[in-house]
Parts: sequence; C-alpha cells; structure tokens
Amino acid sequence: MTHPKEPPRPGSPQLGQRDRGGGGRRSAWQILGRALLPRFSRAQATAALLCAALGFAAVTQVRHAAQADYSGLRESDLVELLDRLSQRTEDLSGQNLALETQLRELESTRGQAEAAAQATDERVRIQGILAGTLPAEGPGVILRVYDTGVRVTASTLYHLVQELRNAGAEAMSLGDTRITASTWIADGVQGGEGVIEIDGTAIFPPYEFRAIGDPETIEVALNIPGGALAVIRSAGGTSYVTRESSLTIEAIAAAPTFEFASPVPEP
Amino acid sequence: MLALIGLAVGVVAGVLLHPTVPPELAPYLPIAVVAALDALSGAARAVLDGLFDDRVFVVSFLSNVMVASFIVFLGDQLGVGSQLSTAVVVVLGIRIFSNAAAIRRRLFKA
Repeated sequence: MTHPKEPPRPGSPQLGQRDRGGGGRRSAWQILGRALLPRFSRAQATAALLCAALGFAAVTQVRHAAQADYSGLRESDLVELLDRLSQRTEDLSGQNLALETQLRELESTRGQAEAAAQATDERVRIQGILAGTLPAEGPGVILRVYDTGVRVTASTLYHLVQELRNAGAEAMSLGDTRITASTWIADGVQGGEGVIEIDGTAIFPPYEFRAIGDPETIEVALNIPGGALAVIRSAGGTSYVTRESSLTIEAIAAAPTFEFASPVPEP
Repeated sequence: MLALIGLAVGVVAGVLLHPTVPPELAPYLPIAVVAALDALSGAARAVLDGLFDDRVFVVSFLSNVMVASFIVFLGDQLGVGSQLSTAVVVVLGIRIFSNAAAIRRRLFKA
C-alpha cells in the first residue's frame, strides 16, 4: 500500500533485486519466488485486477466460441456462407429435379414393361389352350364310345369331334391325345386288324373323349336327332355322356413348328 | 501471487456469471484476449528482468487491447477484417513466443 508512486526508475526495488541477484539462474528463481509471495502492493493489486479482467474475458470468449453459432461471425463471412449455402441449395434442387424426372421415366417404363409382360402371359395362356400345349381344366363332359361288334370308323369319330367343336368345346382330348387344329384321325391296320389311328397312334375302344365347354350345350348337341351319337347308335355302338362340373385335360400336344408360315410383321 | 488469484477469480466469475458477448463486440473479444495475453507475457518477462513497473503494465495492457481492437475495427471498415485480425493474431503470437523464450532463458539458462 505504498501509495506515493513517483517515477521509480533507478531506485526501484525490482532493479535492486536484479542487481543483487547478479542475473544468475538462482536469482531468477528467487525473483520468481519473491514475486509469488503473497504481498499486497499497488503493483500486485493492479496486476490482479487486469488478470481478473483477462480471465473473465478469456472464459467468456471460450464459451462464446464453444457455442459455435454464427453470431460471432463477420458480416462478410456471413454473406459468403450464405452465398455458398444458396449455391449448394440450387445445385441440390437441380439434382433433385433431374432425379425425379428419371424416377418418373423409370416408373412409366416399368409400368409399360409390366403391362406388356401381363399381356404376353395372357396371350401365352390363350395360345397354349388353343394349340393344346398347356393342360386345361374347367366344366365339360366325358363321352365314352363302346364298340360292340360293329366297328366304329374314323370318320364317325371325326364327326364326333366336329360336333363337339360346333357345340363350343374349347379344349378336347381323345384317349391320351390332345385334339388340336392339326389333329388327324384315320382308319389304319395294325397286326392284320383294323384300328383307328389318331396322330399316328393306334387307339382302341372304348374311345374316351374329354371336352371342356358348356356341359349342357354339348350334351344337347351330341344327342340331337340325326347327330353324331345317333349315327353311332345306328351303327350298333353305344355311348355314355357324363357331365362334369370340373374336368382336367392332362394330355398336351407338342408345339407345332412352322417351316413356311411366319406372322406378317405388324405395321 | 495476487495476480494469479485475480486470474482465478476472473475465470470463476466468467464461469459463474455466464456472460453473453454483445454481437457488436464479438469480433473484438478474441483479439483483445490475445493482446492481453501478450501484455501479460511481457509483464512476466519484466518481473524476471526486475524491470516490472505496474504503471507500464497497466498502460501496455490497455493500449495493447485498444490498438488490437482498433486495427480489427479498421479492417472491418475496410472490408479486410478477417485478414487483419489474422495479421494481429500472428504478430501478437510472435510477441508472446519471444517473451516466453526470454522467460525460459532467464529461468533455465537455455
């Protein structure tokens, strides 16, 4: 508390201390130790005050920096940040737009592809039933023709097939053979006896037809006076028609290969 | 000793009081802190040299802070604020290093 603080140049205690120490290592530590002694002087008090201000400011600044928000930034820095941000936003929204367009394109392409695949599936099923390359099921009739002594000829069976077709049968089989557009039935000879051949395979009585279609229509059509069954009866054969609410035709025909015919290309 | 106690009191006060930095002072506070650290290192060196004078310390402390802040303020006005504050920090950093080197030489003779 030595208040009269006149210019203390030459005779100041600090200078005196240094002179006494002679600048040696020990004396530097001694000076340090003496400075750290709890003394109360004006010098110490002002140093303490300023150090307190420094500590306060430093902690404040550290806390402020740790907040890491934008409040401490300069206007120019903020403008630059904003510019960069809006540039990035623009880039990203451009990308977003391009990707959305791509997504829409891909979705519409996928929709078209799915529709095409569905149409193809449907066509394959229809063609398969028409060409007899797929097993078929549905309501229909089973017709058995018994050959009692008098021969049933191929043309009789052929008429039966036509009768069934006329009656709306959509899929038919005779024995183990699927009847398609190119099926043929003929009288043949095997082992000296007359047999009936269908697509080159000999079949023997009873001849079993399976036909898928409206059972009622088919039965009525078969039993029509002067129809196919009447012909069989007059020839001495017998036949039985049974309606089936669900009937499976397992026999399939080999897919035909076309040597000459090819589809006309679509315009 | 009182200086260290003062520093501790300042730190504790800063922690306890939760001060917020006014936005207009935000660019200057870090520079002011660095300038004050420079003044503090100069004072420590003067203590070891036996040349410490409290009036010199007070004046250099305050003038350092003021000049550093003013330079940054000027830089802000001229549109080169961030560059000038970098320059100030570099210069003050060099001074702090040289003061620290002098203290080290005094204490360790190395």
